[in-house]
Amino acid sequence: MSADRREWPLYEVFVRGKRGLNHVHVGSLHAPDDAMALRHARDVYTRRNEGVSIWVVRADAIAASSPDEKDPLFAPSGDKVYRHPTFYDIPDDVPHM
Amino acid sequence: MTAIPAEPDQEERLQAAFDATIARRDRIEPRDWMPDAYRSTLVRQIAQHAHSEIIGMQPEGDWISRAPSLRRKAILLAKVQDEAGHGLYLYAACETLGVSRAELTDLLLAGRQKYSSIFNYPTLSYADVGTIGWLVDGAAICNQVPLCRTSYGPYGRAMIRICKEESFHQRQGYELLMTMMRGTDEQRAMVQESVDRFWWPVLMMFGPPDAQSPNSERSMAWGIKRNSNDELRQKFVDMTVPQAKALGVTLPDPDLRWNAERGAHDFGEPDWAEFAAVIRGEGPCNAQRVAHRRAAHEEGAWVREAATAFARRSAGEGGR
Repeated sequence: MSADRREWPLYEVFVRGKRGLNHVHVGSLHAPDDAMALRHARDVYTRRNEGVSIWVVRADAIAASSPDEKDPLFAPSGDKVYRHPTFYDIPDDVPHM
Repeated sequence: MTAIPAEPDQEERLQAAFDATIARRDRIEPRDWMPDAYRSTLVRQIAQHAHSEIIGMQPEGDWISRAPSLRRKAILLAKVQDEAGHGLYLYAACETLGVSRAELTDLLLAGRQKYSSIFNYPTLSYADVGTIGWLVDGAAICNQVPLCRTSYGPYGRAMIRICKEESFHQRQGYELLMTMMRGTDEQRAMVQESVDRFWWPVLMMFGPPDAQSPNSERSMAWGIKRNSNDELRQKFVDMTVPQAKALGVTLPDPDLRWNAERGAHDFGEPDWAEFAAVIRGEGPCNAQRVAHRRAAHEEGAWVREAATAFARRSAGEGGR
């Protein structure tokens, strides 16, 4: 078995369900190059009109935060409740707020 | 992505975080720490599930060229293509646990990983296409719906996609059988004969009785499985009885009857010796299924090589 076959890179697939929506991650697949990755993504992830646009991204090109740093990474937003509209008391009889 | 060797107290801390996630019924994601046994249990279960989808293309694929109309042929093609897609979703989920696609294929071909015993039975008549959709896919749905809530994120997400698509499979099968039941006596007899052959093997799809299913308890504790084998088997029987009645077929079990006290159907015991034999490789089609898979893999080698060569050449010409 050739080493090449084993090393088809992994791609992550993102599909835009319809115009006006974000591309959303739907899964992954292996392909030898970008063009084949798009074709495979079409066959594997949009057999029932699930999308109007597909992105494929080499998985090794994605930088991800580490689950171990979850707490320190997201801590800065944890104590800033004043970023939410519900933090502010407005009388009920003030309209359109 | 495999677990980093941890200090003893760190290991305990990681285990506690994992246990807390499971207890909250939250999901474990690929880069989270997980116990080795959790990982290997998932690899075994997801791989077996993926292999079942891929091997499961064969029994029905045999009927594509002999489907009785263009409509039925298009439906069957779409269904078999879906099974391929389901296999791919599941292989991708399995790979997030640190195994490669090629490894999984090799393990299947070497007989070191299993697939569902049901696919080792032959499809002897066209009615079997309908019976597989109705009963085999119906049983699969029963098994799979609770797996949408399984504790491992990528597996649950793959199951959600699969369950959505599986509903078409079951309905097309039932509709096919209904059409045959409206036909000639000979066609009705074909349907009954098919149901007679598949009923017991379908009940075996839920796995051995709970008392003889040693891994079940741990899988339930980890939230990998959400219901026991016997619970799901019971649910399937209760769902199927009225469907059989509407179709006008008899389920081949003299002990099958409504038990008002339990609010459920009593039914007979599948032949577990047969189940064990099929798992051991002694079913009617085991050798044929794996040989066919191996041949398809080997005959497709040139396509994979050509695509790789093309990608390499394009990259050399100023692509990436």
